[in-house]
Amino acid sequence: MRRWLPWGLALVLALLPFGQAFNAPGTLNLLALCLVFAGLAAGYDLLFGRTGLLSFGHALYFAIGAYLTVILMNHGFALPVAALLAILSGVVVAALLGAVALRVDGIAFSMVTLAFAQVGAIIVARDPGGLTGGEEGATIAKGMPDALVGVVNTVNLYWLALAYLVVVLVVLHRVGRSPAGRVLSAIRDDARRVGVLGLSPYRYKLMSFVLAGALAALGGTVYVLVVGGASPHLASSDLTLTLLVMVVLGGPGSRFGPALGGALFTFLDYQLTDYATDLPGPLAQPMFVLGVVFILAVYFFPGGLARIGVTLPGWLRRPARQEA
Amino acid sequence: MSTIVLLAVTGLGLAALYFLVASGLSLVFGLADVLNFAHGLFLSVGAYATWWAADFMPVEAAVLVGVAAGVATAVLVELILIRPLYRRTIEQVLVTVGLSLAGVALLQSVFGADPRPFPRPTWVEGVVPVFGARIPADRFLLIGAALLVFVALAAFLRYTRYGLIVRAGVENREMVTALGIDVRKAFTLVFAIGGAAAALAGSLAGIYFTTVSPGTGGSLLIFAFIVVVIGGMGSVPGSAVAAILVALLQQFVNYYGGSGAGDVCVVALLAVVLLWRPKGLAKA
Repeated sequence: MRRWLPWGLALVLALLPFGQAFNAPGTLNLLALCLVFAGLAAGYDLLFGRTGLLSFGHALYFAIGAYLTVILMNHGFALPVAALLAILSGVVVAALLGAVALRVDGIAFSMVTLAFAQVGAIIVARDPGGLTGGEEGATIAKGMPDALVGVVNTVNLYWLALAYLVVVLVVLHRVGRSPAGRVLSAIRDDARRVGVLGLSPYRYKLMSFVLAGALAALGGTVYVLVVGGASPHLASSDLTLTLLVMVVLGGPGSRFGPALGGALFTFLDYQLTDYATDLPGPLAQPMFVLGVVFILAVYFFPGGLARIGVTLPGWLRRPARQEA
Repeated sequence: MSTIVLLAVTGLGLAALYFLVASGLSLVFGLADVLNFAHGLFLSVGAYATWWAADFMPVEAAVLVGVAAGVATAVLVELILIRPLYRRTIEQVLVTVGLSLAGVALLQSVFGADPRPFPRPTWVEGVVPVFGARIPADRFLLIGAALLVFVALAAFLRYTRYGLIVRAGVENREMVTALGIDVRKAFTLVFAIGGAAAALAGSLAGIYFTTVSPGTGGSLLIFAFIVVVIGGMGSVPGSAVAAILVALLQQFVNYYGGSGAGDVCVVALLAVVLLWRPKGLAKA
């Protein structure tokens, strides 16, 4: 029964556009975006929650997937070719940069990934050869398949985003249950011990880093199809920080927590931007609200939404115990 | 020739900013293992406090108000947010990440997202001729301030009891604790020092860039991180050397190799240093 529950949920999500309430293109587009970020956050959790690597440069691979897809399509490549090349580039860059960054551990690794990703942000902002469009971003000018163009076909974009999320979750599930996945969780818990057992933590970490980079690049491709273009925000360190916030809110290392956190965060971010502008002072800033919620979550709900069934009753019981 | 002198002095001015941000970051990290993403917030708070106070007093005094605001913010952050999570490194990083996101949004809601013109003392408006180059005087203010902070920090670490505790704590925290010294007091102290240096950097960055915006801290912070890693974490002289190296490389390559090329070169330098000396320049 439990085995089929995720597939049942995926089916419900797939059938969602047939419900009246969700069939408006605006709603479907927002939901598609939520699904893309759900997949992206889940992919980031492969590094953070499952391998214990705190990367601050994940946005780089997302941006590579997004920008290369747009640029290649605008230069006359068909979508499948452009997507494939974009993802391959993501893999190659992740392998090269990961090989250097993983030479240091812990917080130093975080700083180095941050620095590498900054190069991506600088290149995107400088607009080399008019390719990335600088501040303006780049939009897909040609080559969109007919099935993905127009308001009527928003539902296809939604299904595409859902397919991406399912692919990410299936890959993560497979990896988690494979011997390599067990090594990854062992590295997260105690890398030195893995070394003593005769395995090379470096190789497994690099594998995890490259796989996460590939999933992020794929996410970038899906993102530009949903949104219609890429903007410099995709390459910024803020994007990685929000991914981290999503994962921590959802529950790092859990099966569905990061995806749930990603979807919920994206949804709230957009809804707050729409409705909160009338609120007084800092409450009108979505990032202020979400940042404060995030800080509170780190203190009071470790394990995020995935463990709220354990942490919340604990908090509710506590005052009662003090009275006794 | 005059171009080279101008680039070099401007580079040193930038190095001064990097050093002021990186030295606090490096000490906090070396002693307390906290990667402080909120450090950019201390800088912005200092800059905005100076900007606010300059309406009521001369800029020189306003900078002191900015530094006080930076110290207060840093100490409050340490006491309220960081201390309860003692020894839980990842959670501490997460809290500072949340703080940097929320803090920038808060500054944006109070002061607006657009850059504000920053008050400048009149005596940095002129230019100073050096070897035929006409150098804006504010560069010398930046370099002088950073030198002063460097000497003061070095003297503090070398000659005072608390400096000794900080140095010993960076080296081996467990041993210092085992000797019966409460290292956590030193944590608050390094946060205060870092907050002061960052807030000073905020005011100086305002004078240097002539404007202040909520994002100022974040953009300087990334290069300060690079300086900290290259210099070796916990080492103040390492930060100083790395700051000069990074800023000069950035200035010269950005000028001769096209805008943006210098920033990329700096990251390449980081990669080279990591491959050659993973612990940074200061630690062989």
